[in-house]
Amino acid sequence: MDAVIGTVPGQDAGVRRRGPSGSGRGVPRAAWRYSGATPGQAERFRGGDAVAMEDWRKDGAMLAEIRRDMVRFALLQLRDSQAAEDAVQEALLAAFDGAERFAGRSALKTWVFSILRNKIVDAIRHRTRMINASALGTEGEALDETFEALFDGRAHWRPEVAPVAWVRPDEALEQQQFWEVFDACLEHLPENTARIFMMREFLGLETDEICGELGISAGNCHVILHRARHSLRRCLDGGWFAAGGAG
Amino acid sequence: MRCKDASRLVSEGFDRRLSLAELLRLRTHLAMCRGCSNYRSQMLFLRRALRRYAGGKAPGGGSRGA
Repeated sequence: MDAVIGTVPGQDAGVRRRGPSGSGRGVPRAAWRYSGATPGQAERFRGGDAVAMEDWRKDGAMLAEIRRDMVRFALLQLRDSQAAEDAVQEALLAAFDGAERFAGRSALKTWVFSILRNKIVDAIRHRTRMINASALGTEGEALDETFEALFDGRAHWRPEVAPVAWVRPDEALEQQQFWEVFDACLEHLPENTARIFMMREFLGLETDEICGELGISAGNCHVILHRARHSLRRCLDGGWFAAGGAG
Repeated sequence: MRCKDASRLVSEGFDRRLSLAELLRLRTHLAMCRGCSNYRSQMLFLRRALRRYAGGKAPGGGSRGA
């Protein structure tokens, strides 16, 4: 998955693999970079019934739908509607500059989202005060309580809450209702914990980049990420898999 | 190794390179503990889902249309 990481054509398209963006803007911290997977050229398509950026711009309904998803994705991480709108706007402008063709709408969307992730990294980089350390501590205490409750005195799973295998989880990925639950579970994560988690999982930043900048120790950073994963797992377990999915 | 430590290590394995000793202890535990091996599978699934989400494949999208 995501194995092919090709060079990204169109250097004005706002996609970069590492280092500062080419916009000429001063970049205070070289450590911040986007290191997540970028849709590779394998997903590109040359000829046939490809979707060109050109067609997309003219398709108002398609544009509106993708834009809506982009805003939701950006808002989840930036939690500021103006900043989210700005990031989406910049990503779209950068995407429209490209003249690539795509194997389909899904490939096009993946590519546009890769640009958006970079714009979100930029937005976060310019607002490092986005994490409230003391709130982070309070959030942690609450999440730790739910984690500790899973174990008995010998630190083994309590029988009634020991993880039970999820049934055909990958089929859930194809279901619209699953993603609605997933969305709700992400929104349910406490704000500061969620930010750090999404920088890691969505933006592909390394933990020392995220926590080093914030003055959080590596050990604590791992604890925060685990809390978020644990919380998300629990939410999906209760909200989808234990409930028998959509069926 | 206890389950609480094993579940933490499973998560940390996504964020840093585990030492050989940690890996061996974790593998041994996972081989014996159904709860923890389920936990690990679920964490791996979570990763796949997050990747899809970050690629804009969800919730509205994919090739399925509106």
